Amino acid sequence: MSTAIRWFWFASPQTFYPLAGAIARVSAVGAALLVAAGLYVGFFVAPTDAQQGEVYRVIFIHVPAAWMSMFLYVVMAFWAAIGLAFNTRLSAMMASAIAPTGALFTFVALWTGALWGRPTWGTYWVWDARLTSELILLFLYLGFMALQAAIDDARRADRAGAVLAIVGVVNVPIIYYSVQWWNTLHQGASVSLTRAPSMASTMLAGMLLMALAFWLYSIAATLARVRCIIRERA
Amino acid sequence: MIAAARTILARDLRIVLRRPGDAATALLFFVIVASLFPLGVGAEPNLLRAVAPGVIWVAALLASMLSLARLFAADHADGTLEQLLLGSAPLGVVSAAKVLAHWLVSGLPLVAIAPLIALQYDLAPELYGTLALSLLLGTPVLGFIGAIGAALTLGLRGAGVLLALLVLPLYVPVLILGAGSVEMVSAGLAPDGQLLLLAALLVVSAAFAPWAIAAALRISTE
Amino acid sequence: MLEASDLHCRRGTRTLYSGLSFALGAGELLRVAGENGSGKTTLLKILCGLLDPDAGEVRWRGEPIRRLREEFHRQLVFLGHAPAVKDELTAAENLAIACTLAGRPASMQDVREALARYGLREDSAPVRRLSQGQRRRAALARLMLSADAPLWLLDEPFAALDAAAARLTEELIARHVAVGGAVAYTTHQEANIDAASQRVLELA
Repeated sequence: MSTAIRWFWFASPQTFYPLAGAIARVSAVGAALLVAAGLYVGFFVAPTDAQQGEVYRVIFIHVPAAWMSMFLYVVMAFWAAIGLAFNTRLSAMMASAIAPTGALFTFVALWTGALWGRPTWGTYWVWDARLTSELILLFLYLGFMALQAAIDDARRADRAGAVLAIVGVVNVPIIYYSVQWWNTLHQGASVSLTRAPSMASTMLAGMLLMALAFWLYSIAATLARVRCIIRERA
Repeated sequence: MIAAARTILARDLRIVLRRPGDAATALLFFVIVASLFPLGVGAEPNLLRAVAPGVIWVAALLASMLSLARLFAADHADGTLEQLLLGSAPLGVVSAAKVLAHWLVSGLPLVAIAPLIALQYDLAPELYGTLALSLLLGTPVLGFIGAIGAALTLGLRGAGVLLALLVLPLYVPVLILGAGSVEMVSAGLAPDGQLLLLAALLVVSAAFAPWAIAAALRISTE
Repeated sequence: MLEASDLHCRRGTRTLYSGLSFALGAGELLRVAGENGSGKTTLLKILCGLLDPDAGEVRWRGEPIRRLREEFHRQLVFLGHAPAVKDELTAAENLAIACTLAGRPASMQDVREALARYGLREDSAPVRRLSQGQRRRAALARLMLSADAPLWLLDEPFAALDAAAARLTEELIARHVAVGGAVAYTTHQEANIDAASQRVLELA
């Protein structure tokens, strides 16, 4: 084994286990505080939207969740690729641990999008380009998780998942742009969900707070899950 | 290397010729799926004309996926896959040859029979050319992407359904561009952009997918 | 020629072996022995590169086989548990294809002779119609055409063979070792191979 290389010291699950626990606890506390602050700003400080009224406030959850959902897929593919290239078990574990959190945020983005769509568009679901891309992203996450769940051998599951994640991450931009083109072909002008006229600085602050909170939550949840995986495979 | 690719191509084609039922099943599936839609949505001619490109493309997607599930399964079962893995030619080249052989017996017939389905849907004659061309460019892409999924799910329980879950989301761009190109023509516009993008997808997938297939095969046979 | 160093192999939670090292030189014959489930097949698959060991590595003439890959494959014949013949093709077609893929194309004449030696007369019947033993013979006929591949790794070459075919296989192995080839094989049966340098690797 390549224990001679110092860099890999942290890549050993045994040394990483306690460290992950500490980081997860700190991140969880930070996430809770930031969510409280973000929601407070979002619900009480930010001004009411002139056109959409109070309904727009779902943006404080919807937009950061959508950001995280896409970002986490890239992070997952990154760790998967590292695991495949350098044969480091911990990287592969990170990839498997990120997937459920990514899928959760994708689902939250879809759910809040539907709740937001009802009063603004009069319907829960519109084949809007962003919503459709999110839906396909959810399928990609679920495919990754289903593949790993179907394989009993941990090593094969890690490596097969990695190939799928890499193929997926190459495809995500292609899917995104093709869906956007498809959207313009089929329904001319649609109301974009992220169209926020005259974004007040407090609104931006609320969104950033929530985004940061989701970041910390993702770190906490991922590391907690990595600890479970390490224990399972020990 | 060329010899190995040619041998694989000839081998797979010969096997299909001696057992033509398998290839015919996927084709029949395509025809049946496409014939079900009018029964579901009604036979109103304008509606059928409008949904035809999408229906034909979705049916092609499903048929391609269905036949891919067996792409490596037989080789895996009788041990020839091990010999391919230990062959003197790079596994990526061998994989590409297998995908090509599979496309010749499952994708190409689809392209050939699509006008018949288009006839059922009363598609305007000037759309036939674009439909056939889009299928000609798009179905090999489906083969390359699908083969990655087939290699990853090799030998797993419920591999068929899992393959659908893995591969169908990745088929989305091909579906959008393929069906979109036909709709462009029916809207009186040039489909060049979509067809060029499909061609680009074909080139990119032909260049990179074989290596992903090879990696997936090595992982699945461990 | 072939060197295994410090191989560690786990199947599930069970450790099959760890710290397994040995070398196989030119003109040497190695029998891998052990009861069912002791990892004989796994070891052969690691030696040919189909499986990665959990630790350790296999080297061919000093180079790790991971790095050599196709270059190593060209010098190797691996016959696995499954006969690796396609049901739809004839024995001759199967053999010709296997040789081409291994980078050692054989003429139809040679293919027919090799099959005839193994008692498979020219026949247009697909392999599907052959018995289990005949399939094994169709697979083993490849050894007749693989004399210039220095390394043979054979998994249960004598299984399902009658006495005559087993005898012929033993002779082929003995001749290969005599001219400087290296052979590793597994078997349940008592094999009687006439070779100067024979060793047994017992897997616990």
